[in-house]
Amino acid sequence: MKILVAVKRVIDYNVQIRIKEDGSGVVTDNVKMSTNPPDDNAIEEAVKIKEAGKATEVVAVTIGEEKAQETVRKALAVGADRGIHVKVDNSLEPLAVSKILEKIVDKEKPDLVFMGKQAIDDDCNQTGQMLSALLNWPQATFASKIEVKEKSLEVTREIDEGLETIEINVPAIVTCDLRLNEPRYASLPNIMKAKKKPIEEISAADLGVDTAPRVEQIKVEEPPKRKAGIKVANVAELVQKLKNEAKVI
Amino acid sequence: MSRESMEYDVVIIGGGPSGLSTAIKLKQLDPNINVCLLEKASEIGAHILSGNVFETRALDELLPNWRELNSPIKTKVSKEKFLFLGKSKSLSWPTWLLPAVQQNHKNYIISLANLCRWLAEQAEALGVEIFPGFPASEILYNEDGSVKGVATQDMGIDKEGNKKDSFEPGIELLGKVTVFAEGCRGHLGKELIQKFELDKGKDPQQYGIGFKEIWEIDEKNHEEGLVMHTAGWPLDNNTYGGSFMYHAENKQIFLGYVIGLDYKNPHLSPYDEFQRFKTHPAIKKIIEGGKRISYGARALIEGGFQSLPKMFMPGALLVGCDAGTLNMPKIKGSHTAMKSGILAGETIFEHLKENKDLSIFEEKFKNSWLYKELFEARNVKPSFSWGLILGIIFTGIDQILFRGKLPFTLKHKHADHETLKPAKEMPRIDYPKYDNVITFDKTSSVYLTGTNHADNQPVHLKLKDPDLPINYTLEKFDEPAQRYCPAGVYEVQKENNINKFVINSQNCIHCKTCDIKEPSQNIIWVTPEGGGGPKYGNM
Repeated sequence: MKILVAVKRVIDYNVQIRIKEDGSGVVTDNVKMSTNPPDDNAIEEAVKIKEAGKATEVVAVTIGEEKAQETVRKALAVGADRGIHVKVDNSLEPLAVSKILEKIVDKEKPDLVFMGKQAIDDDCNQTGQMLSALLNWPQATFASKIEVKEKSLEVTREIDEGLETIEINVPAIVTCDLRLNEPRYASLPNIMKAKKKPIEEISAADLGVDTAPRVEQIKVEEPPKRKAGIKVANVAELVQKLKNEAKVI
Repeated sequence: MSRESMEYDVVIIGGGPSGLSTAIKLKQLDPNINVCLLEKASEIGAHILSGNVFETRALDELLPNWRELNSPIKTKVSKEKFLFLGKSKSLSWPTWLLPAVQQNHKNYIISLANLCRWLAEQAEALGVEIFPGFPASEILYNEDGSVKGVATQDMGIDKEGNKKDSFEPGIELLGKVTVFAEGCRGHLGKELIQKFELDKGKDPQQYGIGFKEIWEIDEKNHEEGLVMHTAGWPLDNNTYGGSFMYHAENKQIFLGYVIGLDYKNPHLSPYDEFQRFKTHPAIKKIIEGGKRISYGARALIEGGFQSLPKMFMPGALLVGCDAGTLNMPKIKGSHTAMKSGILAGETIFEHLKENKDLSIFEEKFKNSWLYKELFEARNVKPSFSWGLILGIIFTGIDQILFRGKLPFTLKHKHADHETLKPAKEMPRIDYPKYDNVITFDKTSSVYLTGTNHADNQPVHLKLKDPDLPINYTLEKFDEPAQRYCPAGVYEVQKENNINKFVINSQNCIHCKTCDIKEPSQNIIWVTPEGGGGPKYGNM
């Protein structure tokens, strides 16, 4: 079994996001970038399945600018076998990403495609689902546990009501939740070995995919600042304020 | 448990200007020398903080074609100001009356973090192997006592010291020569200085704490290339310190404050002095209407020539501010750190190729402009122990009339942890409330640093005696850690009327001030798990 894992380079989750002055997007200059956190879980799970002898190869793919390659290198350092870097200059919408991934699936013929449930930059949570539709493969989203069976997967999903367990046939798409596992650290010797693992570079233009945006972004702005709280003297005042000022009771 | 080991010709600890310059120089001299460089931050530059007005002298020597290499050195200093601040007034000091070392017209306003990122690119292109996210936590010695290399920190250890599922053992990096370039108060450098008595016969090292905020300000207040320094308010005559304000590109200013850690009043809060400083009319009018976008703090070296330890030992060199090459009157340490790195590169090359002893570093150092610079600067900082006014008068005579050639050397008498007076004897200081426009509390400041440490790992701020803070330091000094820490790591909390000393180590921004200033040297800073700490952008 072969597993393709999609990873995305995003602003590190510890960095405080700043909006560009003209409202055209967020500031990315001199900002620490990392792998999208749930994508780390996706890689970890794929590598674990391979280590358990249930998969033969783990291929990491990213779509992005030149430096996005670091994200593939990191995946290679924690156990992926080889990488694919689809080069694009601008940021893509989930539909374009799914279409590119569809082409990569055609080429690589994996049995499973793993990715994070969503990326922490645009929070779209669409790519896995769209890819599933394009390929007409079953999907399991928000996976917090994956059990590999003969020709199917038993997947536990994190849903609003609790946990849902489903069984889907392979080939399939799985989008991973942060609770799925604890990603390992890349060790220094493995980082060195990863430098020698192959990364195939593909230009998005060569794949013949229409990546034109379908959505027009009008403005990016900061959420309104939270107003400071007030202290009330007693319960009566609290009730009075909730009733007359906040109008919630 | 046995650890894996890897061998290199040269292992460098720290990806700042000195370590990166060492690496680049070595590869230029011989591309076949294997060089690896470890950095504890998640990426190069993420833990470094500096003003910074940059003198290009060392870079001109290291990479003479830096102008063609798309370097981040762009904003030339175009104008200079020096202000003496009173409580509400300010007096402008004519720049022609400043000593030559404080004139900056040939220099550039830069972000040192960005300079380091760029130096790292140059180093990698030359074949240096750089590993960010790997703190060197331990020095390894040969049987004859010489330095053999370092071990990196184990990853995936929980609070109690047990291995987690994600446990990844540290590895040993062995070098024919190991170069320690950790910056001010490096925790391995500190061990080496003690073990090899590198500071024998030297004055105690002197430190300062530096704060920096980046503000995006109103166009009409911004003057790209303007460099401004202040002395005076809010500090009293007996506390050494001052501010900087550098107008960088993109409407940003680098605003900062440095306070000598030899201050005496345990009630003093360096952080609050900096916040208060911003409310001075001369400063407020510039930042008003602007937005603070970054914050950070870091200890720096102030001891200079008298306190500079020997920089070589069997198997290893100590470079940059891990030794202490900052030039205090110039308020610059990047070019001196780089020069010490260049000298280290040359030394190691001759050591590896011609079997020369590492002690040739000393001679190279003595024959360099770095030595001359530090020697001439030596009397400025100690003269300020007589107070600001006498310090300025003496500095005028020493630096302008005699150009640092007075036939004597003033001494640093005390280490910084010895200078605090008992809390009872010193006046309390009432700092104004934060207005969340110009001044901010520590929590919202630390938030801007992007600091994070993986939770469930051992506390990396160790107490030699866990009871001392409450039983002694609180009583005698009102536990100054609550105030000297720029990130609010240390708190004294009352629980059921019993005082408890709390260490919020996840907030630590790796400035090392606690390790320096704790009156009983009871706090030891050790490396946390790799990648932890601040994530500074263009600091």
